[in-house]
Amino acid sequence: MDTIYKWFNERLPISNTFERHLSKHPVPKKVNFWYLFGALASVVLIVQILSGIWLMFGYENSEEGAFASVEYIMRDIDYGWLIRYMHTTGASMFFAVVYLHMFRGLLYGSYKKPRELVWIFGMSIYLIMMAEGFLGYVLPYGQMSYWGAQVIISLFGAIPYIGESLEIWIRGDYYISGSTISRFFALHVVALPLMLIALVFMHLVALHEVGAGNPEGIDIEKHLDDDGIPLDSVPFFPYKVLNALVGIGVFGTVFAIFMFFFPEGGGYFIEAPNFEEANPLSTPEHIAPVWYYSPYYSMLRAVPDKLGGFVVMAAAVAILFVVPWLDRSKVNSIRYKGIWSKIAILLFAVSFITLGYLGTVPVTEIRTLMSIICTVIYFSFFLLMPIYTSFEKTSVPPERL
Amino acid sequence: MEQNPDKTRRKVLISMTASVGAVGAAFAVTPFIASWNPSAKAKAMGAPVKVDISRIEVGQIIQVAWRKQPVFVVRHSKNALESLGKIENKLADPNSVSIEEPYRDLHPTRSKSNEYSVLAGVCTHLGCAPKYHPEVEPKPWDATWLGGFFCPCHGSMFDIVGRVFKGVPAPTNLKVPPHNFQGNTLTIGEDKT
Ligand code: HEM
Ligand code: FES
Repeated sequence: MDTIYKWFNERLPISNTFERHLSKHPVPKKVNFWYLFGALASVVLIVQILSGIWLMFGYENSEEGAFASVEYIMRDIDYGWLIRYMHTTGASMFFAVVYLHMFRGLLYGSYKKPRELVWIFGMSIYLIMMAEGFLGYVLPYGQMSYWGAQVIISLFGAIPYIGESLEIWIRGDYYISGSTISRFFALHVVALPLMLIALVFMHLVALHEVGAGNPEGIDIEKHLDDDGIPLDSVPFFPYKVLNALVGIGVFGTVFAIFMFFFPEGGGYFIEAPNFEEANPLSTPEHIAPVWYYSPYYSMLRAVPDKLGGFVVMAAAVAILFVVPWLDRSKVNSIRYKGIWSKIAILLFAVSFITLGYLGTVPVTEIRTLMSIICTVIYFSFFLLMPIYTSFEKTSVPPERL
Repeated sequence: MEQNPDKTRRKVLISMTASVGAVGAAFAVTPFIASWNPSAKAKAMGAPVKVDISRIEVGQIIQVAWRKQPVFVVRHSKNALESLGKIENKLADPNSVSIEEPYRDLHPTRSKSNEYSVLAGVCTHLGCAPKYHPEVEPKPWDATWLGGFFCPCHGSMFDIVGRVFKGVPAPTNLKVPPHNFQGNTLTIGEDKT
């Protein structure tokens, strides 16, 4: 054993990497459950890749065959239903943990100096994930696949001058067809997952370069022991790994409960019309996106203008990228920020969830009004951030964890 | 300059190589982008379809698929066509000036017939198929509804000949596809007789 290990170690940086990134990588000794979601997101990423590969064994990427092949996977392949539900539940779980992971960032100012790049890579991951989820939802070619794709692709038609040609270029046809499905398939199973993996890698490399943050929002590098190791840190391996394993166990249980008992997530994970094959001649009475896009969808509907709706929706995602430069506070963590930041983040969370709900139900006048109000709150949270974070009175965080 | 002839030389060489490289990259990218355009096969699709319109009742609609997209054929009553003027103050573009209107000024139906409208059933907002609601009665989306199309996706409204209302997300009137009437036969997708 030892000689084999030595042979490899002389040719590959095994023990170096293990020490540098695991057994000697210092992480804050005290963090809370909010710091688990990164690990959970990594687990779901692996689940999605594995279940995705297994779905490909039965899936047929053609206009005529796609829907039937998914039914075939569900009914005729041993455990095919489990593989599919793992992938669909996984998609929702992925977004759930990533939303919590991002909210942790907003709560504790994890995006602040020196972690701006960690945040930027994170946002790029989120963007690719949104595209990945959309493309995947089109593949079974049910009613929601078709009409969802129709609406989303048409969004690009709102861009002045080039819009219409851009739509045709995306579809590869004058309407959604086999060409559209096969390119969406290639993007969904090869191109975007590769980008996702590369970005997650960069996300973690950047994080390890600057070190992980903590809920107090303080810099643990200020107090070092004689060996230059932060006093308030423990090595990542084995301490935090064991922590994470407990979290992964709990999460796995929640995942399994959904997968086995509520695989359609009450119509939020897979929508009812998607059990019907795509019919280009008839739009379902009520079309709504899956829950993880619905806040943005509400914003789209709140604006009675084609280009305006598109711009607002795009801006809502884009503005998250620049949060590190909008927050001017002296402190990182919400615990020591002033009352305005606390009110703002509460209103933001409430409006985001409300928008999410509104995006899943049909429009009425009152709901449109509510969407408009929540959209305004959403943007105010970000646009007013430079003001309220610089003027409010903050308290002093402790020196040590 | 004199003392450092090498640096200038190097800069010139770098910028020359870079520009050649950029041109090369542009050439290399072109096939990848262009391969996403509709293929020759996709372009060849879309043969015209023929429909027998004699069985459509007055006030009724039929849906035809042309290029796999819905086309609405509506047979209007005289009354309905005469009352089209009443609704014009609600419309964003009653005379279709902002779009290419193939049969402008021919008939109030916007088609080549004075009785039937032929409309692309693709909402000009984000492409859903609007639903036909010919009844003149208050609707959840409009208390003074005079009949027309309502899009379930984001609530755009159009009148019975497909003209868009003000204040809805759809920017323009429903398109009129090329068509032709010959007796009881309507040909969609072809203009010439
Ligand atoms: C596939 C998706 C993602 C994976 C696998 C992932 C993974 C991780 C992991 C393992 C950590 C360290 C543990 C933790 O703090 O939870 C982390 C930290 C972080 N992530 Fe992500 N992440 C993902 C997406 C995102 C997104 C979408 C954002 C935000 C836009 C983001 C922002 C951050 C930030 C700011 C940190 C540093 C936290 C700190 O040290 O205080 N991540 N990520
Ligand atoms: S697609 Fe018809 S209103 Fe949006």
